[in-house]
Amino acid sequence: MATTPQTTGLIGSDGFHLHPADEAAMLEEMAHYEQPQAACIEALKIVQRRHGWVPDEAIVAIARVLGIGPAAVEGVATFYSLIFRQPVGRHVVLVCDSSSCFLTGFDELKRALVSQLGIDYGQTTDDDRFTLLPVCCLGACDGAPALMIDADTYGPVSAGDLPDLLEGYP
Amino acid sequence: MRQAIPGQRDSRRYRSRLLQPEAERHADTHPLTWRLRDDGEAVWLDDYLRKDGYQSVRKALDDGDPQAVIASMKAANVRGRGGGGFSTGLKWSLTLQGGEMPRGYLVCNADEMEPGTFKDRLLMEQQPHLLIEGMILGAYANNSCYGYIFLRGEYVESARVLNLALDEAREAGWLGADINGSGFDFDIAVHTGAGRYICGEETALINSLEGKRANPRAKPPFPGQSGAWGKPSVVNNVETLCNVPAVILNGADWYQTLSGGRTDDGGTKLYGISGPVENPGLWELPMGTTGAEILERAGGMCGNRQLKAWLPGGASTGFLLPEHLQLPLDFDTVGKEGSRLGTGLLTVVPDHQSMVALMRNLEEFFARESCGWCTPCRDGLPWVVKLLQALEWGEGEEGDIELLDKLAADCGPGLTFCAHAPGAAMPLQTALKHFRHEFEQGVRKPGSKAHQDPIPVGEV
Repeated sequence: MATTPQTTGLIGSDGFHLHPADEAAMLEEMAHYEQPQAACIEALKIVQRRHGWVPDEAIVAIARVLGIGPAAVEGVATFYSLIFRQPVGRHVVLVCDSSSCFLTGFDELKRALVSQLGIDYGQTTDDDRFTLLPVCCLGACDGAPALMIDADTYGPVSAGDLPDLLEGYP
Repeated sequence: MRQAIPGQRDSRRYRSRLLQPEAERHADTHPLTWRLRDDGEAVWLDDYLRKDGYQSVRKALDDGDPQAVIASMKAANVRGRGGGGFSTGLKWSLTLQGGEMPRGYLVCNADEMEPGTFKDRLLMEQQPHLLIEGMILGAYANNSCYGYIFLRGEYVESARVLNLALDEAREAGWLGADINGSGFDFDIAVHTGAGRYICGEETALINSLEGKRANPRAKPPFPGQSGAWGKPSVVNNVETLCNVPAVILNGADWYQTLSGGRTDDGGTKLYGISGPVENPGLWELPMGTTGAEILERAGGMCGNRQLKAWLPGGASTGFLLPEHLQLPLDFDTVGKEGSRLGTGLLTVVPDHQSMVALMRNLEEFFARESCGWCTPCRDGLPWVVKLLQALEWGEGEEGDIELLDKLAADCGPGLTFCAHAPGAAMPLQTALKHFRHEFEQGVRKPGSKAHQDPIPVGEV
């Protein structure tokens, strides 16, 4: 693969285009730390905010911006549960399956989600609208059972609340 | 198309709240929460300054003696509120500084992910300046040049509020160069994570901060000797840091009196309770408050349910029984009962709940969140889940329970790099101790049908 200098805004292969604003945001993040690698997670999130997920080509592009190997970036990308290495729907539903939610109706809520969305964990609806994933305790245990849709936390949520909640995310 | 009912969606939005009205909270008895507003809005800088905000920083910087800050913290015996219970003053006294040692980092552990824990979120969303004030004091005591708030990615509102508050503090000269004319420089950035419970382990957190996989590091060296980028680094929980300003302003003796003789530990604690209780919530109460009082504040169990067991401070603490409700909830007392205070947020288990199913849920969490670094944790915990799943289905084999004992013992303290595996072992061991008969009922009887469905492999 030919080496591409940094800051061209056209890093990557297969037509993947690292947006110049994203590259600039990564460079700004790097300034917060002693070593550029520390901006790795944020760089992945920057790409994800624009594309919804992190394609292979973006891994290479981020590695070049940070000045580290693609394997290091890939290692990080595959470790963290909120970095998506395959396409997800327009909205991600994170359902809390930890103890307090488990004790207050998680099973019923999960069943209702599976039935209303027609998908299970790790799957995306046919219309690319929703992806369903489990998440660690959301720290909303006094509002259990809880879930997140994109950046919004809801709780307590009953199965009956779901149609109205989901409708807000077209 | 069905018409959405306006406002219904918003009514389901989760909001962090304290179940104590302003009238019940006072500066001399509720150092963590007396400034909080009844309307739940954040206490911004103007409001905070009217309520003695940043006075402890002014005092400490005017005194000009970082060692005195450490001495006060030691005397107050503020113990780590993230669950470890280690003396904060002692931790700070072990941070390398002086001579040729470069200035290091102060890292606030805001990766609140312990199941059943929702306290740091309240402090960050509603009172960001108290945390910032505590961090400035921590940085001053430990000679830290820069601070990071390591915040879990899901805490979107905390990030918004903290960043606005940091801007306010910077603008007003409480952060940046030459703070309050003292010659002391310090600033803070919010570093948001991307999931994984293990990031709350302090050395894994440092790896994550450096942009690496969040595997724990071997100790020693401890972070205070060599932490982020090899510099002396201090990692403290949000609630711990929020205790520092009042200690510095009012003194260690005052702090000790807050627990009112209930325990040797001083101060107050953000206690809480969740699970099937009438009013789950959070309160700032004297350290050493009993589980009974917290359960009573929550209005007791839901409906006609009885309490079967409870976790005193998150998924990684051991199960206690109803008879333990009278114990003062402090680090040493709970430790003597074979559990840990942990985060001090109780999870209650109702009488009709199968302990086997609950343990399966807890161990699924620990198995999924294992970073995979150590074998007993990476391989042992999924094995534990499979055994529990089989017992839950009534398809356990003879010897399965003994195997659970063995696997839990193999995850014990000192056998793995970090406290994740011991944290997974403690609830399992206490559940097996107190409710062994429930597990025994899951063992298949001789002559009954063989497994109808094979136990799933590779699903955890």
